[in-house]
Amino acid sequence: MTALLEPTRNADSQEFWDAMQQEKLLLQECGDCGALDFMPRHMCPVCWSPNRKWREASGEGTVHSFSIVRRASSPAFASRVPYVVVLIDLAEGPRMPSALVGDDALSVTIGDPVRMTFEARGEEKLAVFELAK
Amino acid sequence: MPEGTLRNSVAIVGVGESDIGKVPGMTGLGLNAQAAMRALEETGLKPSDIDGLLTAYSFTEPYFMLGSVMCEYLGIKPRFNASVIVGGGSPAVMLKHAAEAIAMGQAETVLICAGENRATGTSRDEAVAALLAVGHPYYEQPYGFSIPAFYAMIAQRYMHKYGLSREDLAHVPAVTRANALLHPNAHMKKPITPEDVLASKPIADPLHMLDCCLISDAGGAMIVTSPERAKDLKGQPIYLHGIGEHHTHEHLMCAPSLTEFGAKESSRIAYDMAGLGPQDMDFAELYDCFSIVPVLEFEELGLGKEGEGIAHWTSGAANVGGALPINTHGGMLSHAHAGAAGGLFGIVEAVRQLRGGLGARQVEGAEVGIVHNEGGILSSHCTLILGREPR
Ligand SMILES: [Zn+2]
Repeated sequence: MTALLEPTRNADSQEFWDAMQQEKLLLQECGDCGALDFMPRHMCPVCWSPNRKWREASGEGTVHSFSIVRRASSPAFASRVPYVVVLIDLAEGPRMPSALVGDDALSVTIGDPVRMTFEARGEEKLAVFELAK
Repeated sequence: MPEGTLRNSVAIVGVGESDIGKVPGMTGLGLNAQAAMRALEETGLKPSDIDGLLTAYSFTEPYFMLGSVMCEYLGIKPRFNASVIVGGGSPAVMLKHAAEAIAMGQAETVLICAGENRATGTSRDEAVAALLAVGHPYYEQPYGFSIPAFYAMIAQRYMHKYGLSREDLAHVPAVTRANALLHPNAHMKKPITPEDVLASKPIADPLHMLDCCLISDAGGAMIVTSPERAKDLKGQPIYLHGIGEHHTHEHLMCAPSLTEFGAKESSRIAYDMAGLGPQDMDFAELYDCFSIVPVLEFEELGLGKEGEGIAHWTSGAANVGGALPINTHGGMLSHAHAGAAGGLFGIVEAVRQLRGGLGARQVEGAEVGIVHNEGGILSSHCTLILGREPR
C-alpha cells in the first residue's frame, strides 16, 4: 500500500506549508490591489504585482460543493472509501480544495458551515475540515 | 489575425477512425497510423502531400515530442509540426491551428491525429493512476480527488442550483447509447436504460460507472486543406465556418465558477465568425466525458435555456431523429474514449453527418453542425461550426 501524500514544499509554498505545521492556514494578499488568493504564487493573478503578503485565515467556511468518493483515486485511499472531497468557500473569500472528516461527514450538503482541523501525514499536518453544525 | 478570417479558411477532406474497443496487437502509434491511412484514403492524396502534422499527447505511450515521433513513425517530413496539449480540447484547437497555418500559407495539407491504446496498452488501474495527474499535485491530490470526483462536484453544484434530479441525468448515457447502436464502429453494442445507469457501480456521488466515459483503444484522424485544393480531391469537402477558444483555468480549485465555464465565450466567437446562431444548427457533437458535461455545454452553446438542458435528453430531442440530435455517434460515453481521440471523433462524426448517407444514423437534411471540445476540468474550451457549403 502506497502512503498518503505529504505536503510538498517549493519556493512558492514553503511558508504556506511551514505555517500549516503550526496549525495555521495562510492566504496570500496582494500588497497593491488587495486581492486575496488561496494558491501560493510569485505574483498577484489580478494585477501582477510581486508584492505578496501572508494573511492567516480563520479556518471558518462553507461547503461550495462536494462529492462522496466511492472508488478511490489511488490505492493509498482505498481503505478510506467512502470519503468526502470538498471545495470550501473560506470566510475570507478564497476557495480551497480539501477533505471533510468526522463521523457525520457523509451527511454533508452544499452550504453547510465547516471549520478547519488537521490530519497527520507522516511527520506533517494537512488542513482538512469538519462540519461545524 | 482579426476574428473572422478563419471562416472558409479550410475544408476537412478526409476523416478516419481506427478499429475501436479492445484492439490487442496495436500500439497507440499504430492506431493513429490506421486512422490516418483511412483518412488519407478518402482524399486520394499521397503521404508525401502532407506538409503539416498536429497531434496531442499520450498517457500510454508518453513520448517527449510526440508530434515529431508521429512524423517519424509515419515517414513524413512536414514543414509544420507540433504537439498540442489542452487535454480533451486539443482536437478542436489543433483544427484551429491548422486553419491558421493554412490561411497564412505556412502549410497546405495538415494531418491531425490523436489516439491511445488505453484499454489494452496499460492496465485499467495504471490508466486511472496516470489520469490522476490532472488534479493539482500539491493542493488537490493529497485529498484523494479523482477526475470523476471533480466532475461530480460540478454536477452537485448544478443540481443544487437548478434542481436537476439524479434520475433525469441518467437519461444522458441512455440516449447516447441509443445513438451509438446506430454506429457500426462504436465500442458499446448493447442498449442501456436510465435504470441501468442508476444501478451501475457508484464512483463519486452523484456519478455512477455509466455516467463516466469509456476506456478504449482508439485513434482518430482528419486531413485539412485549403478550399481551393479541396476542389481537386476525391472526397466531399466539409467547410469550417467558425471556430473559437476560451481558457479560464486548469485545476478546478481555480475555476471562476462551478456552473459557468468557457464554452459560452468560445461558442460566441465561433457563432460570430460563422455569422450563424444556435438556431441554425442541425445537430451537435458535444464533449461528454461525464453525463453532466454535455448538458452544461448544450446550455453554454445557447442550444437551450440555462438550467433546463436536461429536458432535451428526457424528451427524446437529443436522439437521432429528434429536434436537435446530440452525439449522433455515441460520444465518449458509448462510441470511444482514448485521450484526445475522444473529442476528435466528434469532429469526424460531424463531417460524416454533413456528407450524408449514414442510413439510420443520418440527421435528415444536415447542412450545418456544431462541435464542442473541452479539456481539463471544463478548463480549456474550443467550439467549431462546420457546413456542407462554403459561406
Ligand atoms: Zn494585485
